[in-house]
Amino acid sequence: MNFTLHIWRQENAKAKGRFETYKVSDISSDCSFLEMLDILNEQLINDHIAHPVCFDNDCREGICGMCGLYINGRPHGNDDGITTCQLHMRKFNDGDEIWIEPWRAKAFPVICDLVVDRSAFDKIIQAGGYISVTTGGVPDANTIPVAKRFADMAMDAAECIGCGACVAACKNASAMLFVGAKVAHLALLPQGQVEANERVKKMVCRMDELGFGSCTNTYACEAECPKQIKRQNIARLNREWIKQLFSGNHKPNE
Amino acid sequence: MQGLADGYFVLPYTLQNYLADQITVGHISTDTPEFDEAEQSVRQREERLMENGKRKTENGELHTVDHYHKALGKIMWEYVGMSRNEESLTKAATMIDELENEFWQHVQVPGDIESFNPEMEKALRLADYFELARLITADALHRKESCGGHFRTESQTEDGETLRDDQNYMYVAAWEYQGHGQPETLHKEPLNYEHIQIATRNYKN
Ligand code: SF4
Ligand code: FES
Repeated sequence: MNFTLHIWRQENAKAKGRFETYKVSDISSDCSFLEMLDILNEQLINDHIAHPVCFDNDCREGICGMCGLYINGRPHGNDDGITTCQLHMRKFNDGDEIWIEPWRAKAFPVICDLVVDRSAFDKIIQAGGYISVTTGGVPDANTIPVAKRFADMAMDAAECIGCGACVAACKNASAMLFVGAKVAHLALLPQGQVEANERVKKMVCRMDELGFGSCTNTYACEAECPKQIKRQNIARLNREWIKQLFSGNHKPNE
Repeated sequence: MQGLADGYFVLPYTLQNYLADQITVGHISTDTPEFDEAEQSVRQREERLMENGKRKTENGELHTVDHYHKALGKIMWEYVGMSRNEESLTKAATMIDELENEFWQHVQVPGDIESFNPEMEKALRLADYFELARLITADALHRKESCGGHFRTESQTEDGETLRDDQNYMYVAAWEYQGHGQPETLHKEPLNYEHIQIATRNYKN
């Protein structure tokens, strides 16, 4: 298969970006999208055409959340429930023109070309996306009973891989689906309840500080999420937030 | 497969207690001779990787990092796979050394050291993989029995099943790094079973 690629090139966060056009040919239909970019880069290096295109990736099996690209106007490309690394060239037609862009959001500045800095997500997690436990021997399974319904919902929320597609898809660059997934995951389980009030407060405040937009309930996030995280998690986030308002102002350890 | 390949996501729980204490340890200064030394050595490696691209070279003389990564993978896949023997492993050992030499002389890393450079990242990682590949091969050569998921074709029963050698290899091995190109030192921890009977798994009946 042959493709014409229009790729966003930008040396660093301060530089002015632009689209550059490259051609790749003889691409197998079984090739993944990232393998196709590898082939392009090999070509760019060997033929001294340009610097290889920078793009993020790690696991290449849909679990690490590193590989987000905006492809033909959709985060992770034109397919549902997959990450960019799980997208295959057979989803395109021979001769297609493909537009490839980085995530665009104020809170995710471009590092180089298609690579953006998603450490804002880490900062939100550091603010409260954890439970405090004692280290040492692991407790036996099932010592804390969890109802199946809650276990399932928590598990679904825990599927979020922090890729940032929800932010990129949102016209407001809101991180509500991500934060909702993280808050809901822990709030639904007994282990997460101890710090629930503090957690939601800290994570939401951090999210606002970091420059993510507000949620206007458009749900583009849900439509584009590779892990199909449901918008109900945003509702749960709002509920946890309101619950926290009534709980009084406890400081940690008070 | 996912479980096997992603094993490194899981923290061995012997480390938890150690790490828990680290929370109270403040910022560690980088203003130490050890840090300077490490920084210096990484920089030297990076500079060496950049050199080939600066030389005047013939077309086709230089190759990308991916080219060498794939070549190394192929050697491991063909000769150090699930089923291996002395001959294939010896061959692999030589091939890895040759490929590593080739890599340092002909790899092309574009860009520069100061800016964001994924090709450099890949090159440094691959440089480590050469050492790791050599160690895996040396360990496989050393252990002449068929054990665990691996089959030494010299060590099999009459009907083609794996044959362990508990006489000589009932220990856990750790290899200690002795510097680049030096053979690693073997440390053994014998496996002494007190309460169970050592047996061999049988999938036939
Ligand atoms: S909610 Fe979905 S789109 Fe957003 S970060 Fe998590 S996995 Fe990615
Ligand atoms: S590279 Fe890990 S999810 Fe795509």
